[in-house]
Amino acid sequence: MRATVAGATANAPAKPLRWLRWSAWLVLLVVLLALPLYVGSEWLKAGQWMMTGAVGAIGLTMLVGQAGQLSLAHAFFLLAGGTTYTVLASGTEDGRVVGFGVDPLLALLAAVAVTALLGLAFAPVSGRLRGIYLGVASLSLVFIGLYFGQSADRLTGGTSTGRTPAPFALFGFTFDNSGSLVVLGVPLRQAERLWYLYLALTVIAFVLARGAVRSRVGRSWRAVRDHEASAAAMGVNVAWAKAGAFAVSSAYAGLAGVMTVLWFDILKPDENEFGTYGINVSIAYLAMVIIGGLGSIGGALVGALIVFGLPQVLSLYSNQLGIFTGSGAGAVTPILVSTFVYGAAIILVVLFEPGGLAAIGRRITGGLHAQRKKEGTSR
Amino acid sequence: MHTFLQLAVNGLGKGAVYALLALGFVIIFKATEVINFAHGSLVLFGGYLVVVTRESLGWLGASLVGVAGAGLLAVVVERLLLSRTKLADPNSLALLTIGVDVIVAEEIVRRLGVGVPFLGEAWDAKPIQVGGITLFRTHLVAMAVAAVLITAFYLAFKFSNWGVAMRAQAENREAAALMGIRSRQVTMTAWLVAGLLAGVAVLFLATQDFSGAGLSRGTHSIALAAFPAAILGGLDSTVGAIVGGLIVGLVEALSAQYISFDFSKSAVFLVMLLVLVVRPSGLFGTRESTRV
Repeated sequence: MRATVAGATANAPAKPLRWLRWSAWLVLLVVLLALPLYVGSEWLKAGQWMMTGAVGAIGLTMLVGQAGQLSLAHAFFLLAGGTTYTVLASGTEDGRVVGFGVDPLLALLAAVAVTALLGLAFAPVSGRLRGIYLGVASLSLVFIGLYFGQSADRLTGGTSTGRTPAPFALFGFTFDNSGSLVVLGVPLRQAERLWYLYLALTVIAFVLARGAVRSRVGRSWRAVRDHEASAAAMGVNVAWAKAGAFAVSSAYAGLAGVMTVLWFDILKPDENEFGTYGINVSIAYLAMVIIGGLGSIGGALVGALIVFGLPQVLSLYSNQLGIFTGSGAGAVTPILVSTFVYGAAIILVVLFEPGGLAAIGRRITGGLHAQRKKEGTSR
Repeated sequence: MHTFLQLAVNGLGKGAVYALLALGFVIIFKATEVINFAHGSLVLFGGYLVVVTRESLGWLGASLVGVAGAGLLAVVVERLLLSRTKLADPNSLALLTIGVDVIVAEEIVRRLGVGVPFLGEAWDAKPIQVGGITLFRTHLVAMAVAAVLITAFYLAFKFSNWGVAMRAQAENREAAALMGIRSRQVTMTAWLVAGLLAGVAVLFLATQDFSGAGLSRGTHSIALAAFPAAILGGLDSTVGAIVGGLIVGLVEALSAQYISFDFSKSAVFLVMLLVLVVRPSGLFGTRESTRV
């Protein structure tokens, strides 16, 4: 993976540039905060899905790009996170499935913790294998997840019906249609409330990831990625760095899994390996990460915007566009079109810009920035 | 004991087909160090050509077109995309093949629609009884075809000029190029052969005897089971591909019977994981050594 990774090292850019960047982030945040007051719930729903993708992609980009471990197991951790949340947060009354009625916030945190532990448990494998071997080995987790979903229907609700997760709640405030809450004449219902929840989660995920990448931890990941033996010689605990990266990435996937379940408002395991938690999803997340630029946190956001956003936006526009008129077999669907787009995007990125969109972005924004990078801090 | 024998025979029959697919992975990997994630698409593409042409060409003609088509697609992918990126490392080229796979598979599945046609007309669903054990024709033909093709490949690999060039390139790409081996040709033929093998394999995959279902998205995922086969055998070992294929076939058949049908897919991958934990480069693969 080494040659494909663009410099994701964190250098302090020149002063005026940094100021510009901070204000750009601030403007974006204000826009995102104000959005629910202006756009309809179907757009908010689309946005929530993109943010779900963003959280998962941030986790994967750290693992694949920063730590250099290829993983196709992301879909498994989504399922694990979603299931943990649902099982813990759901009420105890439904005899068909297990539920513990735990506080939803605790359930969410537990889901993150459980998926992190599952990622750690994969260390005996992830620590020993590299590159494609690891990629295919991690694929086995997706198949294990498939079997788990099919067989453990006391937990997952089974492949035919699934089960409904408890709505998220924070200190007694539930993120659904209950109660009435009006801001500036706009009623904040489920779509709006979940929008803010997802935005908060995405911002937290983003900030933590940037911190990790820029810190000692991120440096050790990159050292291990670039050369295990010399990383070890420099005093990096290679086994821990590898296991840690896998655990962190899994935790992010677990959180994205909770967001997935809340978005669908149902936990429904797959009947075959192509579904909400199937190989195709693992590949879609990998696509986000490749398109965005391996290792780039900001790139992961853009990748999620493309891969998860496109089908949503296309289907919202489908009536006006008129190209999705067919239905049934052989129909051109928004999902099909966006699959083509991201498939092509992967090919183009590998062919022409291995650094992904992040590298293109860097080239545009930072003549000065790039110059500094070239001079001072080649790894 | 009787059930076990029956399962073993079934497993080996399926394993022969997995071996054909795994050999495709291995050949491409040896020549270029690229893992071809688009192998399932080659399988689907070959099968799709058979479906489209068999009305007019008959089963045999259509099958030939399908096999040739799969080989051709492999060459096109290699020439058009992979050969353009001399500088990219094999791992990112593997990611590129994921992009190819996503597009080709999605389009073919769309074209197939709800139809799930069976392909192996010439040998499908006519079991033979031998001493209380049912032999499926698909399995028998698959084993015979696999044996012939793999032997032919092995002989060519050992004795022909192409084989020598191929082995030289697998050993050391730069040195081989400096010695006058045309890496372009070696790479291209490796992809061609892998594609042809995928085209042959689909004639067995999309049959009643093999999967109980015809050509569909499921065929693509069955082809995925050849991944563990190639990996657990060792990606750079042709013998490994054959052994790996047979192991996968056996594991699948036995676990489907003795544990559960749903579990059999995961069982294959679990066995692969076990092998990898013990031997990180597969049963017959070359161990990587670290140089500092």
